Amino acid sequence: MSVAIKILGTGCPKCQSMTQVVKEVVAEKQIDAQIEKVEDIEEIMKYNVLSTPAMVVNDTIKIKGRVPSKDEVLALLS
Amino acid sequence: MFEWVQHLADWLVYQALNLNPNQHLAAALNFFIYDTIKIIILLVLVIFLMGVVNSYFPIDKVKNYLSRKKLYGSEYLMASLFGVVTPFCSCSSVPLFIGFVKGGIPLGVTFSFLITSPLVNEVAIGLFVGLFGLKTTLIYILSGVLLGTLSGAILQSLKLESYLSPWVKELLSNAQREQDIFQSEDQSLKNRLPIIWAEVRKVLGGILPYVIFGIAIGGLMHGYIPEGLFERYMNKENLFAVPIATLVAIPMYSNASGILPVVQVLVSKGIPLGTAIAFMMGVVGLSLPEAMLLKKVMTVKLIAIFFGVVTLCIILSGYLFNLLL
Repeated sequence: MSVAIKILGTGCPKCQSMTQVVKEVVAEKQIDAQIEKVEDIEEIMKYNVLSTPAMVVNDTIKIKGRVPSKDEVLALLS
Repeated sequence: MFEWVQHLADWLVYQALNLNPNQHLAAALNFFIYDTIKIIILLVLVIFLMGVVNSYFPIDKVKNYLSRKKLYGSEYLMASLFGVVTPFCSCSSVPLFIGFVKGGIPLGVTFSFLITSPLVNEVAIGLFVGLFGLKTTLIYILSGVLLGTLSGAILQSLKLESYLSPWVKELLSNAQREQDIFQSEDQSLKNRLPIIWAEVRKVLGGILPYVIFGIAIGGLMHGYIPEGLFERYMNKENLFAVPIATLVAIPMYSNASGILPVVQVLVSKGIPLGTAIAFMMGVVGLSLPEAMLLKKVMTVKLIAIFFGVVTLCIILSGYLFNLLL
């Protein structure tokens, strides 16, 4: 089953490096996932996060306010 | 604590490189080596410490605390103090702002947090201890907190809710003192340390070029500019020095790391500390990119009022510093 990943962030360096980390993990481990970058602030606020970047996996917020390591992302996706 | 660094710098410059202590170059180089080593050590310590605090003190708890407790006016001070210990990247200011508004926290209290947080951050604290010593660092933190508290209270009294963007106003009308269910990341300190340490390395790596560049400029100025040069123009008697320094600073978008080593040398060459700190706070606290971000939630008029009040407070604290020190 495909995993739906959303990355919430208005486009700051931290948000970009989170996107980078997630993309790398998905590519390296050949995970069946759809990655969506959400930059619209009104859209982001629906998730009730206070600090970006945030990583949403299948509509659950998993990480907020920091850039995760590759291992962390892998653990969250598998 | 840092005498050994001075010995090391002396040895490197005067023994290993065999430079004459009276040369401009030797003075500049000695300053550069000493300052770089000392500041890097302090930055690692302070960023790490704040990382640990921050890891256990997440922003959601701050929001819950502020929206739950009745604080009888001390909420501005609380929000401002929270701003010191919770660093956030400037692009989080909008989500934070919205989150606070939705949680039913008064606008002024939210501003208190938003003002203090970038003004007093862990990088600036580390640099301040290294460059100016503990006493000045305490005064810097205190004046940052005071600035946030005061600006927040003033902004609240101006009743600015009508200047918010329409969609934020709608959120405001639906605001409730709700408490989000906060799932804390259940991890032991041992598991957190690698994450915190990775963050320290990332932060340090990001700012190091600016710090070293700043110290290099500072070193050159230290070695080559005669003492008292600035004193003639920017002394305490010149009443316009503080406002001019503040106004010049706002369009300069930089972080504390690059600007502080330069500020240190300006001070050693005769600029009063209050004027120099007003300059630094103008650079760090208010910026055009931040204004652009805030446009998503506020009308231009509100941003102008916000910037105006903060500018005024920075200028006042500049004068206060000059009086005290």
